[in-house]
Amino acid sequence: MEKLVGSETVKRGMAQMQKGGVIMDVINAEQAKIAEASGAVAVMALERVPSDIRAAGGVARMADPRIVEEVLNAVSIPVMAKARIGHIVEARILEAMGVDYIDESEVLTPADEEYHILKSTYTVPFVCGCRDLGEAARRIGEGAAMLRTKGEPGTGNIVEAVRHMRKVQAQVRKVVHMNDDELMTEAKLLGAPYDVLKQIRAEGKLPVVNFAAGGVATPADAALMMELGADGVFVGSGVFKSENPEKFASSIVQATTYYNDYELIGKLSKELGSPMKGIDISKLPAEERMQERGW
Amino acid sequence: MEGIMTIGVLGLQGAVQEHLKQIEALGLHGISVKNPEQLNDINGLIIPGGESTAIKNLIVRYGFLEPLQEFSQAGKPILGTCAGMVLLAKEIADSPDSHLGLMDIKVRRNAYGRQRDSFEADLEVKGIDGTFPSVFIRAPYIEYAGDNVEVLATFDGKIVAAQQENLFVSSFHPELTKDTRFIKLFAEMVASSFEEPVTS
Repeated sequence: MEKLVGSETVKRGMAQMQKGGVIMDVINAEQAKIAEASGAVAVMALERVPSDIRAAGGVARMADPRIVEEVLNAVSIPVMAKARIGHIVEARILEAMGVDYIDESEVLTPADEEYHILKSTYTVPFVCGCRDLGEAARRIGEGAAMLRTKGEPGTGNIVEAVRHMRKVQAQVRKVVHMNDDELMTEAKLLGAPYDVLKQIRAEGKLPVVNFAAGGVATPADAALMMELGADGVFVGSGVFKSENPEKFASSIVQATTYYNDYELIGKLSKELGSPMKGIDISKLPAEERMQERGW
Repeated sequence: MEGIMTIGVLGLQGAVQEHLKQIEALGLHGISVKNPEQLNDINGLIIPGGESTAIKNLIVRYGFLEPLQEFSQAGKPILGTCAGMVLLAKEIADSPDSHLGLMDIKVRRNAYGRQRDSFEADLEVKGIDGTFPSVFIRAPYIEYAGDNVEVLATFDGKIVAAQQENLFVSSFHPELTKDTRFIKLFAEMVASSFEEPVTS
């Protein structure tokens, strides 16, 4: 019987299996095991979490393959890893290693300031960040099988993720209610591929899963993003920067599943220790804003 | 129970909406089940695709384990797709623990490899005319099935769909296609158990 690998259905389907779940940043096997035991649906293998990348400065690249390999061997849940925007070869290396999903990520220093990776040419699926529907549709046009808000990574500040999620949702609603003769102009205004907008209107929603990322620091933040329509949550620096990573990770998972059970989220939020200090986005110089990377 | 037939989808994590959409496409009533008490309101349950370790974690933490076992022992139909199949199995290859431990099968997780090995294939499934578009995502297969288990589909010599009385499982994801025939088979199981007069 014939077997078709790397199809759109298979790539997008993988992200659909992650829905309602939490994907956690980890930097070694030990953290990956804690994340898995706490109920993470996947882990993102990194050399440094975003807040440390911010602190370290310099050029941030794909993780050392040894770390990725260590994490791949440590857990049975899917493993994701980040490649620089436009870095075709880093992505191919991660694909060859057997990584389950690649994040073409603004958290790393872009390798190409003009072009993103043509993701449709890979067997492995990609997730990409977006701030609005134009950006979301361009990434889908290139073959991204999953989206996430960009937010502002490594800040512990949810404000940008909220802005990006609300914006995409509002723009999707607008497109869904447009007439045939309005759609091409909307495509021009958004800088979005016309075909992707047609598909959004036909299905009444984005054709791929859209997670929240970039600034989730508490169980309430995770629940807020679910309430705003996120399909799931990425937690970056929050988990292993907290005082009790197991408890923190498990609380985020539960708050994501039961995002409208406020009594429960109240209980989950008790005595979690001090969360990330957080950064006021307006105090962040423009060149340090990761969300401006990519287009 | 009285009223219209209702199919629940375990709503802890995974492709919950996708299953509900198929139930609705068949003109049936479906609900997302997030609390064990809701099991009393449904006539059949679907455990969707997702991450089995994450779903198991929430099953235990939110007191679903015994109510789900009782639901099955009462003869109410349960369909498990992918992660759902792993959760229903009595045995998991290379792992000391099973999850719900209800069905007499031994399942191998991620049996086809990592995501790059995930695939689509058209399969013959018992009870469905022609072929069925089957989507396998980091899928498990059944390595061993007890005598009381009926094989419904195989791929490359491995069992990928099966039934044991009220329990119905597939390695693949019918919820990722627009083809509702597989879910219809399950809905028919639910309908016949729903119509049977309750003797007490």
